Amino acid sequence: MDIVNQLQRQFIDHSTSLHREGIVDDQFTELQKLQDENSPDFVVEVVSLFFEDSEKLLNNMARALEQAQGVDFKQVDASVHQLKGSSSSIGAMRVKNACIAFRSFCEAQNREGCLRCLQKVTHEYSLLKNKLQSLFRLEQQILAAGGSIPVAK
Amino acid sequence: MEVAGEVLQSGSSQELHVLAVDDSYVDRKVIEKLLKISSCKVTAVESGSRALQFLGLDGEKGSLGFNGLKVNLIMTDYSMPGMTGYELLKKIKRSSAFREIPVVIMSSENILTRIDSCLEEGAEEFLVKPVKLSDVKRLMKDRVSRGVTEEQEGRRVDKRKLEDDNLTSSSSSSPLSSSPSTTASFGCDVSISELLPSPPHSSKRAKLHDAD
Repeated sequence: MDIVNQLQRQFIDHSTSLHREGIVDDQFTELQKLQDENSPDFVVEVVSLFFEDSEKLLNNMARALEQAQGVDFKQVDASVHQLKGSSSSIGAMRVKNACIAFRSFCEAQNREGCLRCLQKVTHEYSLLKNKLQSLFRLEQQILAAGGSIPVAK
Repeated sequence: MEVAGEVLQSGSSQELHVLAVDDSYVDRKVIEKLLKISSCKVTAVESGSRALQFLGLDGEKGSLGFNGLKVNLIMTDYSMPGMTGYELLKKIKRSSAFREIPVVIMSSENILTRIDSCLEEGAEEFLVKPVKLSDVKRLMKDRVSRGVTEEQEGRRVDKRKLEDDNLTSSSSSSPLSSSPSTTASFGCDVSISELLPSPPHSSKRAKLHDAD
């Protein structure tokens, strides 16, 4: 069916650009490999968990950095460390890299630097969320039109 | 579903029961899936203390593996709040009831001194995160082939496996003496007859190969 082909093409293009732009790396592909008939929504489930988790962590970081009486950099670093870990686990490469930079500013106890990093991480996170949600929407559309989702190489 | 009280023998069956420990919900979900796909039974817990509770090692007068399912492998994250994976590893290796259970450490940080101390304390292997399916499959293959070897030789074969071939460390054998007094602090009964006969646990052993 033409619509399925179109959607599949869009899916492949979208997927390719996610990788090419470094928004996701091979680990995301590894996750996709784990999806099977027993858990057809595995990737969406894990990514949703990641979104929930990340938003909490980003809020923690913002709050900790706002403290007028003195920033607890250890606390900020702990949240960044967690976000770095989970983004690495799902293959969110740019978020992960932004976290790595963030950690050095935490270590240096540099509030300005940390605030800049938080902005960067938040930006990368929003970008990732947006793009992955589009990807998942395309998947749903393909399935609804009776097609199958192209498998990543 | 296992019948309560039934002990799962992992000898010939491929179904290993893995206890996975990680404070990250995302990572628990991923490791659980990796293990299930590799035909393992999985119990995933969020902390070292929960892991000890599950094993019955938390000082409570509980039974060994209270739900009847023997744990064949423990995979734990290194950096966790409260009890780290390293501390959990030590507690397990100092328990005569559970020290034979192989413990694999997972960490996002590839730090040689960290790797060394874990292996020194008796970790089976140190995996750098993110853990991939190929890592788990390799663990399973080693486990199964070692299980067969143990049955054939009636002896435990420890080996040091490093994730990165470039990492090397000295492999001097320093056998840890196992003293029965260590079990007292864990408040559990020792059923030595259930365990395979094995030499006192060595903190480090040179890699022993059978087939290669």
